Amino acid sequence: MIVNEKVAIDHGLKKDEYKKICELLKRTPNITELGIFSAMWNEHCSYKSSRLHLKKLPTKGKQVIQGPGENAGVIDIGDNDAIVFKIESHNHPSFIEPYQGAATGVGGIMRDVFTMGARPIANLNSIHFGSPQHKKTKNLLRGVVHGIGGYGNCMGIPTIAGQTSFDSSYNGNILVNAMTLGLVKKDKIFYSKAAGLNKPVIYVGSKTGRDGIHGASMASASFDEKIEEKKPTVQVGDPFTEKLLLEACLELMSGDSIIAIQDMGAAGLTSSSIEMASKGNLGIEINLNAVPTRETNMTPYEIMLSESQERMLIVLESGKEEEAKKIFDKWNLDFAVIGKTTKSKKIELIFNNQKVANIPVNTLVENSPMYDRKWKKAKLPKKNKIKREDINNLKIIEVLKKILSNPNVCSKEWIWQQYDHTVMGDTIQKPGGDSGVVRVHGTTKAVAASVDSSAVYCWAHPLTGGKQVVCESFRNLISVGAKPIAITNCLNFGSPENEENMGEFVECVHGIGEASDYLKFPIVSGNVSFYNQTKNIGIKPTPAIGGVGLIKDYQKMITMDLKDIDNIVLVIGKTEGHIDQSIFARNILDEKNGPPPEINLFNEKNNGETILKLIDAGFIKSAHDVSLGGIITSITKMCIKGNKGINLKKPKYLISEIEYFFAEDQGRYLIEITKKDYKKVADILNKNAVHFDELGTINENQLYIDEKTKVTIDELKSSNTNWLIDYMSN
Amino acid sequence: MKSSVITFPGSNCDRDMDVALKKFGFRNKMVWHNDVELPKNDLVVLPGGFSYGDYLRCGSMASKSKIMKSVINFANSGGMVLGICNGFQILVETGLVPGVLLRNKYLEFICKNVFVKINNKKNTFFKNIDEDILELHIAHNEGNYFCTNDQLNEIQDNEQIAISYCSKDGKIEDQFNPNGSIKNIAGIFNKEKNVLGMMPHPERMIDQSLSGEDGSLFFKNLINNIK
Repeated sequence: MIVNEKVAIDHGLKKDEYKKICELLKRTPNITELGIFSAMWNEHCSYKSSRLHLKKLPTKGKQVIQGPGENAGVIDIGDNDAIVFKIESHNHPSFIEPYQGAATGVGGIMRDVFTMGARPIANLNSIHFGSPQHKKTKNLLRGVVHGIGGYGNCMGIPTIAGQTSFDSSYNGNILVNAMTLGLVKKDKIFYSKAAGLNKPVIYVGSKTGRDGIHGASMASASFDEKIEEKKPTVQVGDPFTEKLLLEACLELMSGDSIIAIQDMGAAGLTSSSIEMASKGNLGIEINLNAVPTRETNMTPYEIMLSESQERMLIVLESGKEEEAKKIFDKWNLDFAVIGKTTKSKKIELIFNNQKVANIPVNTLVENSPMYDRKWKKAKLPKKNKIKREDINNLKIIEVLKKILSNPNVCSKEWIWQQYDHTVMGDTIQKPGGDSGVVRVHGTTKAVAASVDSSAVYCWAHPLTGGKQVVCESFRNLISVGAKPIAITNCLNFGSPENEENMGEFVECVHGIGEASDYLKFPIVSGNVSFYNQTKNIGIKPTPAIGGVGLIKDYQKMITMDLKDIDNIVLVIGKTEGHIDQSIFARNILDEKNGPPPEINLFNEKNNGETILKLIDAGFIKSAHDVSLGGIITSITKMCIKGNKGINLKKPKYLISEIEYFFAEDQGRYLIEITKKDYKKVADILNKNAVHFDELGTINENQLYIDEKTKVTIDELKSSNTNWLIDYMSN
Repeated sequence: MKSSVITFPGSNCDRDMDVALKKFGFRNKMVWHNDVELPKNDLVVLPGGFSYGDYLRCGSMASKSKIMKSVINFANSGGMVLGICNGFQILVETGLVPGVLLRNKYLEFICKNVFVKINNKKNTFFKNIDEDILELHIAHNEGNYFCTNDQLNEIQDNEQIAISYCSKDGKIEDQFNPNGSIKNIAGIFNKEKNVLGMMPHPERMIDQSLSGEDGSLFFKNLINNIK
């Protein structure tokens, strides 16, 4: 095939990018080479629109062992233990083929983690669908949930937490973000940097097929009406093979024969070999005839661009081939020596004794395009038109029931019951709490993890929204008694070529950076997903933040279920009555204008740290952060979980009851304490300048405000649990 | 007491079972599916997971693996064999216990706590457990037990129904059946009661911090009764 500008454009490259390739090579690339460039230079692999901004994020900290740039981030949790974790998107494939798209998303992120030598110990996910009324939503939801479960359950890794939302902006572009945490010994972490000359390059895992060719390019483009034609670009997952690959890799890693290892993820053999060569400042020569293939007559182009799953590339110490092969034979996996490291600093591909590609590595990596895209600062939110009289006539219980059954607030048990969340025998907090928690096997430590996003806040004011998501993650970890350590982010946005969408990206990233810097909650890994748009309409900006924290003594973990009658519940943090962009304003009053609640980073940090002190001193019996739906929604969830009621009272504020109960002011928590500890707790809070109100006293089974405003917890429970079950069974 | 846990390719509860057995005093060995001989044993456990990916029929490939010949011989000579979840599916495929396990009635994987009633305590597996009802944990996609009417009559006559899904207070009714199993069956013995296959995972319920502790009762009883 003759390569020209048109062929390059069909590969998703821009005119000037093609020109640059020809200049760098000082010749026209052949088709295999063009394919390699298009795979390496697409948005998904090159981060060409985002790199400039991501550089500004805080990525360092006392406990950070490895920040962004490797397969996943690594943090130190003491005693030579480290946690490897990352979140990644699989949005585009999941919309085209929900089961396989979601399944391979989970498979891919687990590979990123065990590539580094860590055994995965927990999975999480953040999934976002279109309006429940949209004709595709139900099938997409079912397919994605089955896909996530199908892969994670078979691997035997518990899925311990997640987040699901519905919003019409995802009608044509659902989001599927998968996160994995792995456990590794600090001195047994593996990296992707090749080293040494003439070292064997080994291919292990599944055979290479024609599936997923150009998957990464597809994920770097917008959708249009021809989306069905893209099905062949979706990879097909085989969790059984991945389970074998996991065990085989960990077995090989227990020895000392691996120099570098890299999974074949997006852009398969192309990106894995180039990344290893680039990091090691070496060349790699590959004999494509040696690559195990599933189908006959595969061309070099197809072999290099296949995204067949469950494959790894390893640079091995010379002479260790036999020893390594034995392990992969035992697990019935392919093992092939396909090449060697060279000093050429080039990627050289041989096929049928001919050189079919010869590209300097730096042209693909360092010389890849980087754009300073034009972006527009977000407009200030419009003023809302809420009238006080309208609010005060509403009946609190009616509003509460509506909010509890709102798709974005209701119980997601239907979803997480389909995920094995107890395998490995260390899950001490299952989905449905503020964070999932797993013990560090055989120790007194536990790791908490949460994944959060707030697209509505980010859409209303990206800078504030970006800060808010980080703070929410911080709070979710604090609420279970974990000290927040670090985060991973999955940045889901529309097109970077659209100035408004790019502006949302830039400002959200700015907000994330500011909060993460202030809270000493660095970003150690992540992924950017652009082009989440159909026919030029982008999704609401949806950065998802995966937070990880440590509980030193797991016996001190806190859950959100109310524990004992007559205990007192306090609201930590000040309630100003911020209604704009709350679920109350948007769904009850149908008012979509106004700014999101403000973030006060000092209060976030101070409130959170003070709560950790109270937990450490043993004062807190249960805790929950206040988020969507305000105080009353949060306390109701605590009531439902603990099967208890509460007598509520509003403090004498200038705001109305409705505002007090439904406002979404930030930096707040609810904590349960005993009456006898009240004075001591109040002293600690006062001493630390933390604002608090008394919310009420726990009773048997009723949410009680006054004689006219009361309801049983059972009734609230059915409002909360029924929506999703009914929706999925109709 | 000595035990072995068999690891098949795709087993994923093998480590959990090893941890549980050791916690309650068994000297446990992990045995690879390709081995031919079983070590000297008082108990063999087929753990949960997705042996061979469950790609053909759950448990069917594993039931033909090399080690299973020894396991079947061991069972037939009166040795204690326990199959949990995928292990139960493998037992069914070997014919050591009757019946089959179909896809769950609502076609979805289910992971949650359930209550089961112990129907028969005249056997080593349940002999001295004081409680009649245990809270255990299930996590499976194919746990819908089915058998022919003749088989059902036979297993009832022989008191082979080990445990049944029930309410907290022991009612065996449809609404407490998580997967559509015939007669709410959660676990089955062979005729001689030395082989038990069950869907619930006692190994996930062995300490207070987990979903519950009733699994401990099961293992404590097991180590005390195995001779």
